[in-house]
Amino acid sequence: MATLPEKRPLFDPPLVRQAVLASFAKLDPRHQVRNPVMFIVEVGSLLTTLLYVLALGGRADAPPDFILAITLWLWFTVLFANFAEAMAEGRGKAQAESLRLARRDVSAKKLAGAGRDSAVLEVAASALRKGDLVLVEAGDTVPGDGEVVDGIASVDESAITGESAPVIRESGGDFSSVTGGTRVLSDWLVVRIGANPGEAFLDRMIAMVEGAKRQKTPNEIALQILLAALTIVFLLATATLFPFARYSVDAAGQGSPISITVLVALLVCLIPTTIGGLLSAIGIAGMDRLIQANVIATSGRAVEAAGDVDVLLLDKTGTITLGNRQATEFIPVAGVDVATLADAAQLASLADETPEGRSIVVLAKERHGLREREIEALGASFVGYTAQTRMSGVDLPGRMIRKGADDTMKLFVEAQGGHFPDDARALVDRVARLGGTPLVVAEGNRVLGIVYLKDIVKGGMRERFAELRRMGIRTVMITGDNPLTAAAIAAEAGVDDFLAQATPEAKLKLIREHQAGGRLVAMTGDGTNDAPALAQADVAVAMNTGTQAAKEAGNMVDLDSNPTKLIEIVGIGKQLLMTRGALTTFSIANDVAKYFAIIPAAFAVTYPQLGALNIMGLATPQSAILSAVIFNALVIIALVPLALRGVRYRPVGADVMLRNNLLVYGLGGVVVPFLGIKLIDLALTALGLV
Amino acid sequence: MGGFLLPGLSTGWTSWLQIALYLLVLLAAAVPLGNYMARVLEGQPHLLSRAFGRLERSIYRVAGVREDDQMGWKAYALALLAFSLVGTLAVYGLQRLQGALPLNPAAMGAVPPGLAFNTAISFVSNTNWQAYSGEATMSYLTQMLGLTVQNFVSAASGIAVLVALIRGFRARQAAALGSFWVDLVRSTLYILLPFSAILALVLVASGVVQTFKPYRVVDLVEPTAIDQPVLDAAGAPVLDAAGEPVTESVPLTTQTLALGPAASQIAIKQLGTNGGGFFNANAAHPLENPSPWSNFLEMLALLLLPAALCVTFGRMVGDLRQAWALLATMTLLFVALLLPAVAAEQAGNPRLAATGVDDVAGSMQAGGNMEGKETRFGVANSALWATATTAASNGSVNAMHDSFTPIGGAVPLFLMLLGEVVFGGVGSGLYGLLIFAILAVFVAGLMVGRTPEYLGKKIEAYEMKMASLVILVPPIVVLGSTALALSTSAGRAAVFNPGAHGFSEVLYAFASMANNNGSAFGGLGANAPFYNTLGGIGMFIGRFAIMVPVLAIAGSLAAKKSIPVGAGTLPTHTPLFVTLLISTVLIVGALTFIPALALGPIVEHLLLWGIGQ
Repeated sequence: MATLPEKRPLFDPPLVRQAVLASFAKLDPRHQVRNPVMFIVEVGSLLTTLLYVLALGGRADAPPDFILAITLWLWFTVLFANFAEAMAEGRGKAQAESLRLARRDVSAKKLAGAGRDSAVLEVAASALRKGDLVLVEAGDTVPGDGEVVDGIASVDESAITGESAPVIRESGGDFSSVTGGTRVLSDWLVVRIGANPGEAFLDRMIAMVEGAKRQKTPNEIALQILLAALTIVFLLATATLFPFARYSVDAAGQGSPISITVLVALLVCLIPTTIGGLLSAIGIAGMDRLIQANVIATSGRAVEAAGDVDVLLLDKTGTITLGNRQATEFIPVAGVDVATLADAAQLASLADETPEGRSIVVLAKERHGLREREIEALGASFVGYTAQTRMSGVDLPGRMIRKGADDTMKLFVEAQGGHFPDDARALVDRVARLGGTPLVVAEGNRVLGIVYLKDIVKGGMRERFAELRRMGIRTVMITGDNPLTAAAIAAEAGVDDFLAQATPEAKLKLIREHQAGGRLVAMTGDGTNDAPALAQADVAVAMNTGTQAAKEAGNMVDLDSNPTKLIEIVGIGKQLLMTRGALTTFSIANDVAKYFAIIPAAFAVTYPQLGALNIMGLATPQSAILSAVIFNALVIIALVPLALRGVRYRPVGADVMLRNNLLVYGLGGVVVPFLGIKLIDLALTALGLV
Repeated sequence: MGGFLLPGLSTGWTSWLQIALYLLVLLAAAVPLGNYMARVLEGQPHLLSRAFGRLERSIYRVAGVREDDQMGWKAYALALLAFSLVGTLAVYGLQRLQGALPLNPAAMGAVPPGLAFNTAISFVSNTNWQAYSGEATMSYLTQMLGLTVQNFVSAASGIAVLVALIRGFRARQAAALGSFWVDLVRSTLYILLPFSAILALVLVASGVVQTFKPYRVVDLVEPTAIDQPVLDAAGAPVLDAAGEPVTESVPLTTQTLALGPAASQIAIKQLGTNGGGFFNANAAHPLENPSPWSNFLEMLALLLLPAALCVTFGRMVGDLRQAWALLATMTLLFVALLLPAVAAEQAGNPRLAATGVDDVAGSMQAGGNMEGKETRFGVANSALWATATTAASNGSVNAMHDSFTPIGGAVPLFLMLLGEVVFGGVGSGLYGLLIFAILAVFVAGLMVGRTPEYLGKKIEAYEMKMASLVILVPPIVVLGSTALALSTSAGRAAVFNPGAHGFSEVLYAFASMANNNGSAFGGLGANAPFYNTLGGIGMFIGRFAIMVPVLAIAGSLAAKKSIPVGAGTLPTHTPLFVTLLISTVLIVGALTFIPALALGPIVEHLLLWGIGQ
């Protein structure tokens, strides 16, 4: 399957150029004020700039060259943070842009009435409103997301999914949804537009990767409160240092109070600039990664929630097993000839377009030499499968053949005055225990036998479920099968639990039960009957091939329509939270070394004894302070790739993950700046800059 | 000589043995006591419910309180604030009117308004900062009806807020946190009163004074004499021919011994982490703390309830492992800070050694820095008390902290600056540490890729907002007040010691008040309008601006769903989490106060030992 938004290098040169320009544009205080930590840095930079100007005018707070060096690096700190955000935004926009190209403004054939023969009015696609009806004919581009209300057509959806094979779209059922930007290849469709312009999925996605319009997610808000609190603490610690220092100068009888320049430098080094500067980049990059996985989220909240998921509801078919069950054997009950059973089963399946139905026809031909017959010629009428009756079949003159799950068929034959024979029950149980699906075939009130449908579990699923279990996520298999069949497949696939004979109501009930127990539930769905469950689930991924109702009910859409992707989405959500936590820890741990650099330097003339704290052996007080400021700025740039890519995520238990991350980002956060500041100090000294 | 880097070597093994014994007894006693308190606070039948149950119910009847009343967090906070306000007014009124009230054998006059304001808030906020000298200011009635009553109910309020927070963790989508009045009555009636009564009796048996008799005049064992100027009839000094005042030698054969109902107040001042001494010298006074035995008991009482409340917490949330983790965090922090304090005091004063004084421990002497310490307690028990009294927000002293070595004094100061969460005040220490746990869980929880949760409750923006307030308030008060004091002549005028030590004294005073500890470094003329007013406001904010957000968190947690524990849940009972919690407490404390500490005790230490010159 092709991935449409191509993987691009982390630092794509055109993107970098754009991001550099954007870094300067983002110096606008109206933009900075959204991020309190970086706003403080910008105010500090302005202050030292002013001090430099005053110093040039002869009112020096510190040596002018020193003020200039500090000022420049403070401005770099702000710019580097802006650059990180601009890079993340640029990458997100580029990805969205390539999708947007598919949505060039096309003209639409707006219909005056409901029928395809109504008067046609040519309008621009962007002028369409929700509820408008449009005609899309062969060669036309679908003007907007919507629901097919009439017609059937093959549609090329490669612009959205990257899948080149055309798909069939028709009114009614689960294949009635079309996406704006796709192209009708043959026939025609009447589409009811489902969203006003600007509200379609693509627009929502594009809005979410643009920083200005991005809504902060709940967890990001909580973290920002913590960062603001830390900033206030450090603001207080440095602001009160001024009167403390003045008193100390009086007390020691020597030296001069700490300069404003040094105080600003100390403040900027201490406040959590690393995480503050990268916070929005991390959030945007999380969205980018989701888009790269070909998933569109309709809210950032959903991405975060994905990390918290406790229970995954997975449809058996297509997710756990290889899509379709195949008929492998006809097993008659006692007193019935196998050929009779095969004949009845074939008749009941002739008009059944489901893969199972077709596999029955194929099996009847291969094993019993029964050729396909024209159903009309027999004077037969097909009875389709519905979620309520849960059986299908055929009515012939004087004959009524049905096939379906054993419990439905039992009710059926009993309603006809027959009874469900014991040996049929035994056969059903035997097949079910083998993990197969028994399909009971009955004619009138007589059970003829069963068709053995076999399910094949996808390779590697057992390992993935074990991974999920280690992460603390329960997997529940949802299937329409009877409990015995479901149990056998559940055991084979290694899921934790299953819901057999699932109806939409049972699904909804299961979700509510889990949620009442405090768990977060994720599920995928595509049909209209999935919509209530999708709306109830905390993370609901609708398949792009699904109905408009399913897409509206979910909070994510998978363009590849791949149910297994839920597992990836959970990983992306966790990675987003982990990256924030790791960089916060790193940022705070960094402060230890910065104190050791700045405190002895700041009071070198008042209390030379504090030089004992200069354990890094930094050359001079000025080089010490400058090195700390430079380190603080450079570390933002150094961590941009980590912020964009996210912390590496492995499916292990929480305790192991915490230990590893604490070692790397906590302990590492304490040690790294000691080395970094020392190296910068050595470089500054070697270059004779201080 | 044991060098300063390894000064522990010069500390006798008996010192360490006493400290180890102390910790062992403390932790052993915490378990049954914690279990008992859990039963009391849950309203389950317990040891004393038969004896006092009728009394408890009649209190509710008289007060019009329903035993099964359930308050939301706002109602709970309102009840707490109203109760504390009434308490403040009562203590203030008693002090102002004591001259006209009974039980005043020493005929004390009204306490001046500024001092009365400071003292009223001090006792209601469980701080017990004493800008006065008890035996020279307060009547027996004021001590008993004002101060001792607040010793009980301020501690009970701390327990009540903690219990409300625990109920917040335990509740599932409920609004109720229990009744403040019921929690207050139960804590006082079944926990503080009986234990204080027992302790008071034991203390009386070991020589602590308890009497209503007036001060006694006794003969001196060693009579002495002082020179006194001769006054003429008009009261002016008589001058000799050279213009110098004429003096005469006056023999001194008697002294006045201050007495009073001390033991009953001392028991609760220790148990309730109050710390306000009956006498000015506090537990260094021979009638408050006569012997090493009484000293051991009083030290034990000092940390007993805060330690035991951890166990109570574990019982009430139904997971004792959480209790061990919190108790381990407190104990490890305590030991980590105790060791340098003992070592620094034992290492003595190099300036003194330079004059030829031998303060090294040997077979003939215990050695160490004995300035400001009682010989009956010695270095180890003084340093242990100093660490314990500031780890808990107690603030009683058995030695003068101002005379400790810079590091010995920095340890109590730092323990207070950490926010009084290493054992801390009764109730308040544990709810403070739980807020740090929420903070630690938030950052660490993110690192495991989930929305952080603690004890099954999600930690979200509202909790972070309130937790941030709790973390922010003490530094704002401490640093802000210290800066104000050092920038104004009123503030500077009270500093008796010059140099870095003067800075430490001011910082210590505000650290003590804002964190509701109440111990004094000394060397500061704190009974001045500036310090009385600023300190009074600081103590009030330090207590109630923390209690209210804690209750808000309790209310918010109570309304949340409880999330079941799974493999993806961050475990909060492991050694790893204990390490994380310790680091959080230390890093937040250190990062906030390192610049200030560098200009105070750190530079004092470097100057004393001549390091870095």
